Amino acid sequence: MELKELISQKLQTNFSDAEFEFSEFRNELNVKFNKKFVNPICKFLREDSELEFLLCEDITAVDWAKRKNRFTVVYHIFSLKHNFRLVLKADVDETDCTIDTVSSVWKTSDWQERECYDMYGIKFNNHPDLRRIYMPEEFEYHPLRKDFPLIGIPGSLSLPKK
Amino acid sequence: MGLEAKLNGDGFFVTKMDALIAWARKNSVYPMPMGISCCAIEMMASADPKYDIARFGSEVMRFTPRQCDLMIVAGTVTYKMSHVVKKIYDQMPDPKWVIAMGACTSTGGMYRSYSVVQGIDQFLPVDVYVAGCPPRPDNLLNALIQIQNKIGRTRARDFQSLKLPELNVIQNN
Amino acid sequence: MDRLIKDDVHPKILQKLLEDTDITIEDALENEMILNMGPQHPATHGVLRLLLRLDGETVIGCVPDVGYLHRGYEKMAENMSYYEYIPHTDRLDYISPTANNVAWVLAVEKLAGIEVPVRAQYIRMIIAELARIASHLVAIGSFAMDVGALTVFLWTLREREKIMDVWDILCGARFTNSYTRIGGVANDIQPEAIAIVKKFIDEIDANLSECESLLNTNRIFVERLDGVGVISKEDALSYGYTGPNLRASGVEFDLRRATPYLQYDKVDFRIPVFTEGDCLARYFVRADEIRESAKIVKQVLQLMPQGEIKANMPKSVLPQKVEVYSKMEELIHDFMIVNFGINPPVGEVYHAIEGSKGELGFYIVSKGEGHPWKCKIRSPSFIHIQSLPHLVKGHMISDVIAIIGSIDPIMGEADK
Repeated sequence: MELKELISQKLQTNFSDAEFEFSEFRNELNVKFNKKFVNPICKFLREDSELEFLLCEDITAVDWAKRKNRFTVVYHIFSLKHNFRLVLKADVDETDCTIDTVSSVWKTSDWQERECYDMYGIKFNNHPDLRRIYMPEEFEYHPLRKDFPLIGIPGSLSLPKK
Repeated sequence: MGLEAKLNGDGFFVTKMDALIAWARKNSVYPMPMGISCCAIEMMASADPKYDIARFGSEVMRFTPRQCDLMIVAGTVTYKMSHVVKKIYDQMPDPKWVIAMGACTSTGGMYRSYSVVQGIDQFLPVDVYVAGCPPRPDNLLNALIQIQNKIGRTRARDFQSLKLPELNVIQNN
Repeated sequence: MDRLIKDDVHPKILQKLLEDTDITIEDALENEMILNMGPQHPATHGVLRLLLRLDGETVIGCVPDVGYLHRGYEKMAENMSYYEYIPHTDRLDYISPTANNVAWVLAVEKLAGIEVPVRAQYIRMIIAELARIASHLVAIGSFAMDVGALTVFLWTLREREKIMDVWDILCGARFTNSYTRIGGVANDIQPEAIAIVKKFIDEIDANLSECESLLNTNRIFVERLDGVGVISKEDALSYGYTGPNLRASGVEFDLRRATPYLQYDKVDFRIPVFTEGDCLARYFVRADEIRESAKIVKQVLQLMPQGEIKANMPKSVLPQKVEVYSKMEELIHDFMIVNFGINPPVGEVYHAIEGSKGELGFYIVSKGEGHPWKCKIRSPSFIHIQSLPHLVKGHMISDVIAIIGSIDPIMGEADK
């Protein structure tokens, strides 16, 4: 059968209580699920011998600003066997701003999750080394949140004296 | 045959020490390339065979600040990098000059954002600004000639105000 | 002058550096040292800071520190329209600027559903492949310079100047030329530009062989790089490698073949693959890719049809300037597009191309307004630098420099 139906069928049979929502836009399959199942779903997708999603291309987050679940963490994974890209999404609320890490599944997610933490403030549970990556460690804000201004907050970063 | 023509058969010529020292300094300016981003590539291009910078006397681009007199800051300076640039500038021996290459170092360029310093003259004294994004290598050579003219006009009394900084001895832990 | 501070390393970085590693070295000297290969260094290809934990000359641990060139690209994208962002994409991977332009406009066109005419697609292929050749020339040149062969650097820069001549005539700027537009390219390719491209493509093989004759049989070069910085196939995929680095480890994966974009399925080219996974393999992959790109450009110059260079969608694609100044409809469309943006439909899209360093992707989320709601740049150099601690363990300091050169990171892309 077609690859997209195969994936959705496999996910629904193996993780029946993960509240899946499937959608398609511009020929890309988007899968949304409950954030508690991130690690098992990713592990399953990587190790399944038919699917083999070996390459994790990108992990990022979207800030929706005024919605109930403020953030959505987005994973783009790629299967070399089928040349197919899959988009996984998990909603994260602002009050409980944590999600499990997938660095045990793909080693590349280490720094990508650090970038997510630095820019949005989403903490990743069981991450080996969660610290800031682009901004200096003393910086107190998370720049890509919608309430942070583009020109920055004066005084948040230090400059050497003339 | 520059010098020999001036000797005029007498075997000596008269000049001021200032002018002689300034002439020697300006024709052997050793740049220190603080190459940070895209402008660094145009700076590299000004050193390649097409826009040779060596013919102006800047034969070697030393990457150690202890042996240079001119710092070319090429690329966007962020707040995190500004401490490093200032540290390297402090390590250069006097007399020293600074070229701010490109729009990013002059005024922040096209980046009006939270992490970019809007112009390096907020923490460094700049002598020549070069416009362009990135400036063509010919433009950088023009800036180098302007620096050479500026050096050629210096006299010893300009450097009288410099004194040795107080040395703080670092204890061995 | 301020007091010289002993070190400005944040305690969290030190903690990560000093955690116990599982490497044992024979003849360990029992005196460890932390060395800072600072952001300002001739051989780090930009502002990359490496903290090395050394035992004598051997590296036991390494922590890279990035962010010295973080300019806030993703936040700026949320505040400017899709057209205004094209010059910003130039400065990402600044050695191959036109490839980034192509990637951005392809992502926006996928989101907005704009179909580009065939001639414009072929022109985009030409500039993307020329950008790849330029990038690999600089990569090989600076890599050879780091290892010690200084002449090769000047020779490859001389070749690169010819490509810059092409861009000068074609786009108006030598470098950071924002040449592509949404819906096509800015202007048609001139006959003089085509002549220079043809001459360059004819000569590149001979010139490259000249550079290779200095390196391939050079005993110092080969022995310095053979077996250094090896990464296996599974590790490379797990670390997210793409591009020449992955092809040097034995995986035949090229986005131009796997998910073809533009007209890459109409041209015939080979994908060079090596299995050793060390620095020498990465160098050979890049040298072969220059030849393959030259082949592609040659075929494209023959296949290119006559035709339009911009799509005919007045609500999204900027009209030609000549028409804007003389016709009413085009003037109104120009005004609306520049001031209010192109307003693509609500949705999100991810599009990636095979850039010169790896897979360069843009993830755009749109809420129907003139500017994106979110834009994420998937940069290959950022992913590759992450694997540096794994690659340098057990090697010496001079090998570290060779490994960084073979990975070929560009900090403008890695730090965004």
